[in-house]
Amino acid sequence: MRILAAMSGGVDSAVAAARLVDAGHDVTGVHLALSKNPESYRSGARGCCSLEDSHDARRAADVLGIPFYVWDFAERFAAEVVEDFLAEYAAGRTPNPCLRCNEKIKFAAVLERGLALGFDALATGHYALTHRVGEEVQLHRAAEPRKDQSYVLGVLDQQQLRHSVFPLGTDGSKADVRAEAATRGLLVAKKPDSHDICFIPTGDTSGFLHDRLGRRAGDILDARGEVVGAHAGAHQFTVGQRHGLNLSVPAADGRPRYVLAVSPATNSVTVGPKEALAVRVIEGIRPTWTQGMVAGPWRGLAQWRAHSEPMAATIETAGDTVRVTLDAPAHGIAPGQAVVHYDGERVVGSATIARTYR
Amino acid sequence: MLRAYLDHAASSPMSASVVEAMAVVWQRAGNPSSLHTAGRGLRRILEQARESIAADLGARPSEVVFCSGGTEANNLALLGAAGPDGGLVVSAVEHPSVARVRDVLGSRVVVAPVDAEGRVDAASLRSALTGGTRCLSVMWANNETGVLEPVDELVEVARSAGVISHSDAVQAVGHVPVDFAASGLDLLSLSAHKLGGPVGIGALVVRRGVSVVPTGFGGGQESRVRSGTVPVALAVGFAAALRDAVARLDTEALRLTALGDRLIAGVRGIPEVRVNTVGAASPAIVHVTVRGTRADDVLLLLDAGGIDCSTGSACAAGVHQPSEVLLAMGRTAAEAAAGLRFSFGPTTTAADVETLLAVLPSAVERARSAFRE
Repeated sequence: MRILAAMSGGVDSAVAAARLVDAGHDVTGVHLALSKNPESYRSGARGCCSLEDSHDARRAADVLGIPFYVWDFAERFAAEVVEDFLAEYAAGRTPNPCLRCNEKIKFAAVLERGLALGFDALATGHYALTHRVGEEVQLHRAAEPRKDQSYVLGVLDQQQLRHSVFPLGTDGSKADVRAEAATRGLLVAKKPDSHDICFIPTGDTSGFLHDRLGRRAGDILDARGEVVGAHAGAHQFTVGQRHGLNLSVPAADGRPRYVLAVSPATNSVTVGPKEALAVRVIEGIRPTWTQGMVAGPWRGLAQWRAHSEPMAATIETAGDTVRVTLDAPAHGIAPGQAVVHYDGERVVGSATIARTYR
Repeated sequence: MLRAYLDHAASSPMSASVVEAMAVVWQRAGNPSSLHTAGRGLRRILEQARESIAADLGARPSEVVFCSGGTEANNLALLGAAGPDGGLVVSAVEHPSVARVRDVLGSRVVVAPVDAEGRVDAASLRSALTGGTRCLSVMWANNETGVLEPVDELVEVARSAGVISHSDAVQAVGHVPVDFAASGLDLLSLSAHKLGGPVGIGALVVRRGVSVVPTGFGGGQESRVRSGTVPVALAVGFAAALRDAVARLDTEALRLTALGDRLIAGVRGIPEVRVNTVGAASPAIVHVTVRGTRADDVLLLLDAGGIDCSTGSACAAGVHQPSEVLLAMGRTAAEAAAGLRFSFGPTTTAADVETLLAVLPSAVERARSAFRE
């Protein structure tokens, strides 16, 4: 196959590309330039946009002896991912930009350009598995649950999955991948993992939101509407958040309080006890399906963060709305997050959380 | 796979005889500035190389200042001619090693516009002159399009204004006749590896009596203008390559022109491809704009098809940028990001051009299908 290997400059994507070369594929490396001014991210950045990462990706491609190109998706990334990220926070929701990037950039714009240029597939260093069953491609969790990244791929549809290759899904641990990189002479073997949001290389999401959305002081209220604190902008908060509230009025019962709701319209943040966060029903919009829509109701597992525990649920779809009813109440589910549903290890689809009910 | 290297303007490989000429020098002990026997031996070899280069350029040996390459030669010419407070006039299609002098000298640099083919003229240069202008700089052959600039007009305008004339001849020397004395230029830059010599050496030719302020400091080995030990082996390779290039210039010009004509005829069969190498131009370069593509997509496909070529213009962090040269010629940003340069050298054969023409139409078609605004 002619495979386009997305190379971030990190160890995973370098090893993924190396394995495809070994398997005899015709591999071309591509690094995505996602920042309009990569120089500004030069120092201390560990995100996927910096000049240093671009250099590391090129170096790995040279070691593998494969062609390498940098594709500029900065404008599209700004419009589809960064602006969406800001708009979601401004609306009081909690977006996942990595999912969004996979959905709109990597497995959309990049894949389309690659297919048009005659490539058969796009490979990434994500830890996930695909299984071809008949004509269909199934997306499964990686062999090692702690490394599994199927959640951030949950937005892919059948068309995208048919052209996706994830060479690392069978791996037991990151240490093995690092050891393999070292054996292969890939200098990125010791490079630290990137955990930050790539366009916020300092890791200071709060500061980024302040800079881009402005500061607007408001009240922190308790469930009865009493003012218990102050904030510098409602968009700073996420449902389920406990730290950084700096409440001035102690809780009557002395127990910790959590963000229950964020209302940009009134610029207010409501806090309360943990049990008030309990959610039984998740309502999701903008559903995506790995192998086509499943109306249900069906019994599956729901997950709403990259590494949250999957929870047993009954899932039902009507029109563009997915209703996920959890067997047991769960805490800290924020509107804007993606809920990804699984049938055992197999990813069925995803939806963006619009509302939750107790 | 049969590969065709069509990027000689980026760097042209050395012939076996050039490598051989250098090989014997590397193993010699000494520094050409030393007074002892070993040093004198190397100095003799270095000066022979200098005399050979001077003879092939129509210059005096004492006018040849060795430096690290074309970029340093251009930097030294411009900063050295401008001095601490002088101004410069440069054309709008210069190589970054000239054009970016604006980053250093700012408003002391005036840019003279070019016509739609990328040529500057006397009127454009004259109107760019200011009271503070110390030097006019226009390249001999454009590094992207291969178009030749009117060096005689440059010299005439500079003379009548009483200022220094400089030409970046990096893409000209070895491909078109360059006679420094006859040109009337005060300063001329050249690079060895563009004409089959080694990477890492070039020269600034400085007319006798023209003063250039050093831009670096040290031992002043090269006419007190440029400091640092001259790499003698590289100078020997430089001289050997230039000697070969000048000796074969007439026959190569005919041969490469025929290859270029064949390439252009083939390219004309592809819709919406515009040839930018028009009028007087280097026979070693054919530059085209492939409308409705991103140049780097075409490069990717050609590379996969066995062709090494270039867009001819710069990247920023690996991302291909619209060509400043094409923009200066009045092209749109989309057109300026769709340029491809094919450049020839002594090793280029008719088969290379046929290999290119066999894969180019489908590569263009595919790149167009991948292109969406």
